[in-house]
Amino acid sequence: MRIGVVTFPGSLDDSSALRAITLAGGEAVPLFHASDDLKEVQAVVLPGGFSYGDYLRCGAISRFAPIMSSIIVAAEHGFPVLGICNGFQILTESHLLPGALIRNQDLHFICTDQPVTVENVNTPWTNGYAKGQRIVIPIKNGEGSFQASAETLAELEGEGRIVLRYADKNPNGSQNNIAGISNARGNVVGVMPHPEQAIEDLTGPSEDGLTFFTSILQSLVAR
Amino acid sequence: MATIIVDVMLKPEILDPQGQAVAAALPRLGFTFATSVRQGKRFEITVAGEPTAAQLAEVEEAAEKLLSNPVIETFVVRVEK
Repeated sequence: MRIGVVTFPGSLDDSSALRAITLAGGEAVPLFHASDDLKEVQAVVLPGGFSYGDYLRCGAISRFAPIMSSIIVAAEHGFPVLGICNGFQILTESHLLPGALIRNQDLHFICTDQPVTVENVNTPWTNGYAKGQRIVIPIKNGEGSFQASAETLAELEGEGRIVLRYADKNPNGSQNNIAGISNARGNVVGVMPHPEQAIEDLTGPSEDGLTFFTSILQSLVAR
Repeated sequence: MATIIVDVMLKPEILDPQGQAVAAALPRLGFTFATSVRQGKRFEITVAGEPTAAQLAEVEEAAEKLLSNPVIETFVVRVEK
């Protein structure tokens, strides 16, 4: 199972994402922003970081990278895409996911181990979790406050498209405690917390994040 | 040479924590005039000669596609004399 990870100028967590895929048992394939070649991968991860310095708005410039034109077309046909942190911001800027991520309510850059609840387990990236499962994975961002219109929020809630919700305490002012969402089809998922940073006890607060990567491998096998 | 200005502002219903922080700092300096502050972005785009209608239409398109995010922001394009 070939899973790609895109490196943009300013990506930080691309090597961690590649490592998580390998640890989950997949073949991790590095992809480059300046090429439109998806190298026959079966799913793709847009990693965290500060692509293009986060100039203009987070993810706004990455959206126009050559690799994104291939990913946008593929995603519209059901190709699985996971955006983590900056990757989530790129997905909203690409209009593959609704809403937007703005400056955290208290203006702080927040780096902490965050409890979240997995609410939607019907996506290829979360099918290995139990619905309502509480997991702990790190968040590290300055612009993670999810905002959307009232109609969009009602649609996301009504269709069960909230994938992750902050548990205990809302860290950043996100509407409805939203930490992650999916598109209508479920193949495109964006999350602010970093599952690739919680894959083993030695380096993370838990191993809870690894299930994102075993889930996608499982769903590709089941196809 | 002329300058085309694009002003980008968060929509009124979108929370603006930066503007709120500025609004909270003003009274600490003794400025008590503000009931609220909203912070935005201004782009100054220089073009050769007087901007044509076609150029302005292109700037509008660029403002919609790149300079602003229509989900959370609005923009206004004008030419500075």
